[in-house]
Amino acid sequence: MNERKPGQSWHDMGGSSFGEVPKENHDFAIWEKRVDALLVLSSAKGHFTVDGLRRALEDMGESAFENMTYYERWISAINQNLIEAGVYTIQELGDKMVEVKQRGQTYGSAQGSEV
Amino acid sequence: MPHDGHDHLSSSGHPFRKDNDTPLTYWQLMEISVRELMITKGEFSANEINKQIEIMDARTPANGSALVARAWTDPNFKKRLLKNGAEAARELGFDIGPMHLIAVENTEYIHNLIVCTLCSCYPRNLLGFPPDWYKTKEYRSRAVKEPRSVLEEFGLDLPAEINLRVHDSTADMRYIVLPMKPKWTHEMNEDDLARLVSRDSMIGTSIIDSNP
Amino acid sequence: MTIAAGTSIKIKKTSQPGHIRTPYYIRGKTGVIERSLGEFKNPEQLAYSLPSSLYELYRVRFKMSELWDRDIENPNDTVEAEVFAHWIEEYNNAT
Repeated sequence: MNERKPGQSWHDMGGSSFGEVPKENHDFAIWEKRVDALLVLSSAKGHFTVDGLRRALEDMGESAFENMTYYERWISAINQNLIEAGVYTIQELGDKMVEVKQRGQTYGSAQGSEV
Repeated sequence: MPHDGHDHLSSSGHPFRKDNDTPLTYWQLMEISVRELMITKGEFSANEINKQIEIMDARTPANGSALVARAWTDPNFKKRLLKNGAEAARELGFDIGPMHLIAVENTEYIHNLIVCTLCSCYPRNLLGFPPDWYKTKEYRSRAVKEPRSVLEEFGLDLPAEINLRVHDSTADMRYIVLPMKPKWTHEMNEDDLARLVSRDSMIGTSIIDSNP
Repeated sequence: MTIAAGTSIKIKKTSQPGHIRTPYYIRGKTGVIERSLGEFKNPEQLAYSLPSSLYELYRVRFKMSELWDRDIENPNDTVEAEVFAHWIEEYNNAT
């Protein structure tokens, strides 16, 4: 039974009953570890705090929780916070994504060569 | 996980791992792009990202096991651990940053279980990354309402006489369970004791076996 | 003024939007202060990069029988959560 009371946010899960706990574990891919590192370094620079990360994750809604992996949601939320903090613009991000995508079709080939 | 620790250290930033061959997803594209933008803007360097990855990789449940084993062998350390978990961790040389840590003790009458119902807060600066199950809606929702049923799924049947204390990590504190030292371990040294302490026993979903 | 450990308190029962770290299942419930944790900034403000004062943070212990209406496994089992002072509605510093 997963009814939320009126005014109860989807992420506020205590007391709902979502079934048997899945025990599967996955090894972290390098890109996921990089997302994690991005969070630590970006918040250490003072652009936002982990509270901002959580708030952005919550605002993404329940369907994001269901359809995106943990670190997919994190990179989305980190980006949201960095945009809000004015560290870069949406245009800059868009241009960079085009540039990166042109490098190749795999994660490895899309890496840049910055030192 | 086969991780030799050097995959991500090449100066060009090219790791040599199988996941490099996977088709680039939209979110991976975003990760690369955000990272490179931040580096271009001088926010941090590629080396700093690699260093942070190394720091997190070095944080494992073995750190917590060391704390537990010391508490089991040194009663004064145990007192300090229960009074201020973060200071006790730093005393053993662990760099946990600004994390606040509370150690809660299992006894003959009390068993402790840790959860974060609102997200996935976990003492990562000591123990490293949490298990995937800790972050699931199934665990987060049921641990505060039917924890005994959850523990049964982990193979732990708590007698009714034992009081179960669930700790919901809602704000700045992080938690580690200090499991009970089994009586059959009285001959063991600290290193051997530490090897008995599993990650799950420090979250509360298992105990150290009562029989070897 | 810090509320003493052992004091019986009640959590506010409101449901405003925003980044709230007081879980719904404890709102309106009565619990006992387990300990005071000192002062911390308010995540409700930090979540929007807004300035924040310091608020006293407490660990509050609730009995399962208080939190849930039915299917209670063991009424004396407890849940302890960290709650900010501004979510504590009333308390009685009985001597």
